Amino acid sequence: MRVIFKMKVAKINLHKVWVYLFLTLLGVVMVYPLLWLFASSIKPNQDIFLSMGLIPSKVVLDSYIKGWQGTGQYTYGVFFWNTFKMVVPTVAFTLISSVLVAYGFARFDFPLKKILFTLMLSTLMLPESVIIIPRYMLFRDLNWLDSYLPFTIPALFGTFSFFIFMLVQFIRGIPRELDESAFIDGCNSFDILVKIILPLSKPALFSAGIFQFIWRWNDFFNVLVYINSVSKYTLSLALRMSIDITQSVEWNQIMAMSVVTMIPPILVFFFAQKYFVEGIATTGLKG
Amino acid sequence: MKSLTLRNKKTSWKRSQNIGLLYIAPWIIGFLVFQLYPFIVSLIYSFADFSIIKTPEFVGLKNYINLFTKDRLFYHSLKTTFIYVLIAVPGKLIFALIIALILNMKLKYINFYRTIYYMPSILGGSVAVSILWRFLFARNGLVNILLSKFSIAPIDWLGSPDVALYTISLLKVWQFGSSMVLFLAGLKQIPGELYEAAKVDGAGKIRTFFSVTLPLLTPIIFFNLIMQMVNAFQEFTSAFVVTQGGPLRSTYLYGLMLYEQGFRFLKMGYASAQSWILFIIIMAMTALVFKSSPYWTYYDDEGDF
Repeated sequence: MRVIFKMKVAKINLHKVWVYLFLTLLGVVMVYPLLWLFASSIKPNQDIFLSMGLIPSKVVLDSYIKGWQGTGQYTYGVFFWNTFKMVVPTVAFTLISSVLVAYGFARFDFPLKKILFTLMLSTLMLPESVIIIPRYMLFRDLNWLDSYLPFTIPALFGTFSFFIFMLVQFIRGIPRELDESAFIDGCNSFDILVKIILPLSKPALFSAGIFQFIWRWNDFFNVLVYINSVSKYTLSLALRMSIDITQSVEWNQIMAMSVVTMIPPILVFFFAQKYFVEGIATTGLKG
Repeated sequence: MKSLTLRNKKTSWKRSQNIGLLYIAPWIIGFLVFQLYPFIVSLIYSFADFSIIKTPEFVGLKNYINLFTKDRLFYHSLKTTFIYVLIAVPGKLIFALIIALILNMKLKYINFYRTIYYMPSILGGSVAVSILWRFLFARNGLVNILLSKFSIAPIDWLGSPDVALYTISLLKVWQFGSSMVLFLAGLKQIPGELYEAAKVDGAGKIRTFFSVTLPLLTPIIFFNLIMQMVNAFQEFTSAFVVTQGGPLRSTYLYGLMLYEQGFRFLKMGYASAQSWILFIIIMAMTALVFKSSPYWTYYDDEGDF
């Protein structure tokens, strides 16, 4: 009896060892390219395509210094600052407008609510490429091209329905009795939003903010369409330009700058992981 | 007296419901100006010969007729995009599901593995990752160096028209973490009693998976499938940065064609017609998934709003 029991335990353990081995191997495959990119960025140029190892024969930081200079006229410092100027207001405006709209949908029973909510959900599936040309013409007529207004202003008007939906789901989970008792205590609907809903929605707001930050940071298609002047380039455009202008041998400079542009999203991810998971778990959705 | 004011307050509570319209007002404006208006205008443009430098001139169905009868590149791009979607989306979702199931086996260090697998999704469609792909799959890149260790002849991942599309699709599959996290969240919500009941009924592991796990997970699979499909049909960055649509236009995805027609050749009416065809395809595919969903999705509640 005992022997059989022991055998079973051993079998389970062996089985688990294989699972862990597989998971670890997969983890290596997933992350190795990123580590290799980083390692290559500090390798001497001629070594990049010779070895697949992570330890450089000689550490070269030259690639970062030279790469940072960008076009010469505009350094990566400019491109970083531009990206922040585009991303930070867009994220802030998205959060403000989304929470207002989500509060409206989650807590009030106004005419046409069902139709409007369905419309809002259906824009989740509206392909960006269908509306990009008229949007471009609209922004041209408004004189917004080559500025960050095509990104920030639509965000102010709740055009990121994904986050509205996410926050609606979250707010619906907050007990209505809290609102009602606050109302009886003399709070108007805006007080209720500020004093009750907002503090309780912090986790959802955080995760919405993080997702939006990362998505806007990585956005390439929209900036490619709306931004023309190099002085206003964001990191995506700058990187793309660097491939074109850098002499084909200076690979490590491009790699170095790729690494640099990846740092903010990765940092945000690691510092805010808790909210990532919470946000996904509460809403159950992510694109 | 006190109860009267309380009742008054209750009625005004009811009456104040319309203020909700005020809260959603930003969205109503945004929807009309930045979504509905461009949506309708793009349909109008699709019947016009028009560019930034030229005023729109109504040409009827000419754009559409040209697309279907004269534009070989259109067919080619459509085909390429379908292949891309058919490889990348199921590849990503199946992989995500398998890994989520493994991570759900009550293992230790799940958080660690989850973080690691999620990392590539964060960098997602960024230009930096596309650049990484160029280096990884270059003729003398990391992947071929690795193959040479096993004495496998190098493969021209990005330079061969037969392979390049798969290499691009792999970039999508590499980002399986985002879907995996969703599946994991869904798996966590399946009540343990159901598994116990299945066990009591004598269901084996495989039976339990197909009768308990999979049915309860279908709404999430369903949602993921649609969103991933909508995204994949519009894929742009990887084709633009990694391969520029080449070699021999083997990675000339629809998104890339739209961009070139609209913003490089400035044929905006023509590009609008193309974008509407894409829209119709996406809607048709979504409808197909929706229509078939009663056969394979299971909802616990009706999700009434």
